[in-house]
Amino acid sequence: MTTTASTRVIRDYDRSLWRRIIVNREFAIIALLVLVVIVATVSIRGFAQPITVNYLLLDVAPILLIALPMTLVMITGEIDLSVGSMVGLASVVTGVLTEAGAPFEVAALAALTVGVVGGAFNGFLVTVVGLPSLAVTIGTLALFRGLAVGLLGTTAVTDFPETWTALAKAKIAGTTIPYIVIPFLILLAVFAVVLHFTPFGRGIYAIGLSKDAARFSGVDVERTKFILFVLSGVVAAFAGIFYTLRFGSARGDNATGLELQVIAAVVLGGVSVFGGRGHLHGVVAAVLLIGVLGSGLRLAGVTSDVINIITGGLLIFSVVAASVLAWAQRLRSKAGPPFRVAASPAP
Amino acid sequence: MTIAPVVIAPAIAKKPGGIGRARELGIFAALLLVVIAATVKNPNFLFSPDGWRDLLLTPSILVLVAVGQAIVIITRNVDLSVGSIMGLTAFLTGRLFIDIPGIPIWIVVIASVVFGALLGLINGALVAFAKVPAMVITLGTLYAYRGINVLWTGSDQIHPSDLPKEFLGLGTQQILTIPVLSIVALIVLALAAWYMRNTRGGREYYAIGSDPAAAELYGLQVTRRVLSAFVLSGALAGLAGVFYVTRYGSVSSQVGSGWELDAVGAAVIGGIAITGGVGSVWGAAIGAMLLMTINRALPILGIPDFWQRAVVGVLIIGAIVLDRVLAVRQKRQLIEARDES
Repeated sequence: MTTTASTRVIRDYDRSLWRRIIVNREFAIIALLVLVVIVATVSIRGFAQPITVNYLLLDVAPILLIALPMTLVMITGEIDLSVGSMVGLASVVTGVLTEAGAPFEVAALAALTVGVVGGAFNGFLVTVVGLPSLAVTIGTLALFRGLAVGLLGTTAVTDFPETWTALAKAKIAGTTIPYIVIPFLILLAVFAVVLHFTPFGRGIYAIGLSKDAARFSGVDVERTKFILFVLSGVVAAFAGIFYTLRFGSARGDNATGLELQVIAAVVLGGVSVFGGRGHLHGVVAAVLLIGVLGSGLRLAGVTSDVINIITGGLLIFSVVAASVLAWAQRLRSKAGPPFRVAASPAP
Repeated sequence: MTIAPVVIAPAIAKKPGGIGRARELGIFAALLLVVIAATVKNPNFLFSPDGWRDLLLTPSILVLVAVGQAIVIITRNVDLSVGSIMGLTAFLTGRLFIDIPGIPIWIVVIASVVFGALLGLINGALVAFAKVPAMVITLGTLYAYRGINVLWTGSDQIHPSDLPKEFLGLGTQQILTIPVLSIVALIVLALAAWYMRNTRGGREYYAIGSDPAAAELYGLQVTRRVLSAFVLSGALAGLAGVFYVTRYGSVSSQVGSGWELDAVGAAVIGGIAITGGVGSVWGAAIGAMLLMTINRALPILGIPDFWQRAVVGVLIIGAIVLDRVLAVRQKRQLIEARDES
């Protein structure tokens, strides 16, 4: 979402170190996650069972994976709504090629390639042609989904090698944690290092805060955004392959609506849709929070419609609360002693 | 549904205002092209009672939602909850007829529109007063309203037998071969178009979308204006819910699911800039008609149903690329005009 946002400055150094670390949105989400886990463990029968952890992680894995590059994309002030459709398209490509007799490994590589191409297409339209990413990815949301449905119609491919489908559902030896967590943790580490400890990552924040200022500071805005859209596409394709293996079925409508779940979690995790702020640990906590809430409530017998209401309400509450806190902080800083340097909270 | 004829000034390419009209005419031409191509293949597409009725009637519902969405987008916001609002109001419509036998139709229609407006008011209040991003708020209410809808509906469904015959009749009645629903949609569209173009209030939406900070400095009531945009969007989604019930006769908890992206897509195809401040509700309506008509035309043109979404995607991307090309051209022309003088 490209806007002519005015320059915003975030000054946080008038607060003590512990307040900077603890009193923020990400920590609130983490604290809420811990609280919900404790309450669910104590009051919901079956929640503490090891198998619950397994299914919970399998359920949220695609969202966790896609949320990583989505966080980076949204910190630049852009958005990618086509990820859900890319999951579906990658699923279909994997299925079609496997059915045609190609080795699964080749089919998976082809799916990842489609992810790269799709992401590059998004990136090209946003950076080279200069279009707003919201409009572009609404278009490619329909395009990729259309291609997925077009290739397979209403049929499904369900014949995948046992070794791969078993791997997708297998647990790490001695635990109930599914194997998908390993590539997720690797990606998380890579993304975190890139975002927080490289010039590229600092460039991402700079672009989100002020594209023009970033450009004049030497950040290659177009190249950075293009790379992020490609990353978004390829990670979505990877999630699509996992999705296919986990459910043992490639269908054109796989993961329909997943994009909104990803964005809801990313925003809940503290990323601003205007760009310039956000952290991966907040996003991961938010995905897990939504997953734990869903899992716990289902075990408690609550229907999915109530879970949707709670998820929607939680999302609204989190952004409104952040806005109110920012407003209160501005109010307090105005009333403070004149010699004090007031903090300028991000909008 | 007939579009008011647009008089094209001779030197249209020289006038900045001409770009907007060229944009809508372009989409309208695309619509005509689709209709003509399909009719050539199968005359029944247009020249049969069913074909003619479907051409006018089916898009009417999306036209209403797209017009509301267009107004919100013009203020540089977005409303992702219109599909869920439509679902809730559709169920309310059916419920009122069941719970209050003999209730007049006009009361039900007003109740549903007001209910939709109230839901829009919630969106608008959160966006305008709490100063939070519209996409996030309406993403939240998309889930919340849909959840409430499913909670309220349960496994219940509204059936045609639950509804008064006169109400169901509205879905099929015609005046001079034009369906009643299409006439109502056209009237709503004309009113919205007039308001957006010819009143100070309507122009303020564009001002806010073009540059929110400048609008604030100028003294416009930005908060109230944004709020009213969401109320209008909710009301139109509510009316669309009524249309849905009278047109299809049955209601489940999934009515309107996914329509929000179709509404945004229609607005974008019709020339509404996602960044706000540009476009007209006529364009959004034509975009909606094109979206719905193309779904009917593709099978006739030999393209299997399965590829419909892909064609829609190409259409959306093509539309925004076209917008970009036109914008660049306009900029160049303005620079040339400045240099000449």
